[in-house]
Amino acid sequence: MRRLDAIQAIYPELERSIVVTIMGAVAAEVQSIGHRPNFFYLQHAMGLASSVGLGIALARPDLPVIVLDGDGSVLMNLGGLTTLARYRPKNLIHLIFDNESLLSVGGFPTATSTGSDLAGIAKAAGVPRTATVRSLDELHAQFNAAQRAGDLTTIVAKVDAVGPSGYVTDLSLLENRYQFARYMKEQEGARP
Amino acid sequence: MPVSTDNSTLIYRALKDAGVRIISALPETWLVHLIRMAEDDQDMTLVRLAKEEEGVGVSTGAHLAGAKSAMLMQNHGFLAAINGIVSCGQLYRIPLLMLISQRGSFGERDPWQCEGGGVTEHVLEALRIPFDRLEAPEHVGKRIAKAQTLAYSASRPVALLLCRDLMWED
Repeated sequence: MRRLDAIQAIYPELERSIVVTIMGAVAAEVQSIGHRPNFFYLQHAMGLASSVGLGIALARPDLPVIVLDGDGSVLMNLGGLTTLARYRPKNLIHLIFDNESLLSVGGFPTATSTGSDLAGIAKAAGVPRTATVRSLDELHAQFNAAQRAGDLTTIVAKVDAVGPSGYVTDLSLLENRYQFARYMKEQEGARP
Repeated sequence: MPVSTDNSTLIYRALKDAGVRIISALPETWLVHLIRMAEDDQDMTLVRLAKEEEGVGVSTGAHLAGAKSAMLMQNHGFLAAINGIVSCGQLYRIPLLMLISQRGSFGERDPWQCEGGGVTEHVLEALRIPFDRLEAPEHVGKRIAKAQTLAYSASRPVALLLCRDLMWED
């Protein structure tokens, strides 16, 4: 499974959700499909995308939040999985693309290439729903199940170690940040 | 425990007056009363962290979602959070309000706390993070309010150092 195809497969769900992504290939691929004002790309601070997602989910429990993470990033903040599990935001889906490598810096293998199991780690951290998927059909099924369950879910999608040719897009970081904050503010009126 | 309950109450009240409704924290001795107050407050969301850097993410998310927050940490926790502060808080111009217990200053009895005390202010200066010291009860309300005002007007992280004379009653 290519990550780009996986993102494409769930894009309709992303459009309807608050989305936080990690830097590099994931941000570039999401933008290549289509940027939306409800998407925030954390273009550095590796590991913190899930923490940003937690902060949003706690501040706005009425909005669905999706975090698009990666194996290299998650491995930098494994403790964050225990914090996520502890507060168990029911409106958050944590989707980790696991290509078993640090692709954007030369493809050096991560610990998931030698057997570290991120879904297993998330489960042991206390995340109530976890799954590992290897095909678009499985991804669809687990994603839909997570939405129906309405509970914190970590899905690890095993993907090929391929990405875009470049990572810099024409969306500046601060433009994205202020646009996203303004979008969130506009949702104030939509509070239940 | 000689951590000042009265001054912790003053700090907590100042955070409430500032509209803070999410606090992230990692326990440390000087922060125990503040963390308990946040825990007992129905209107406060307390996020207990595994590591302080996570708090940068939580406060960033909270800010982008329109909620005011504060981070409670020891100065060694601040040192552990620096990449997040720089490459999330500063890069994305997030008004982080950081309350940092300044361990390792004059009067410190724990040998393991002493290195951090000597470098904390220098690191804050190197990072160009505006900061002030809370050393006496009369500093608390005004300086916390002013720090938050600057954080929002500058759209940048700011820090307050919780000092021994305020936090500890020998």
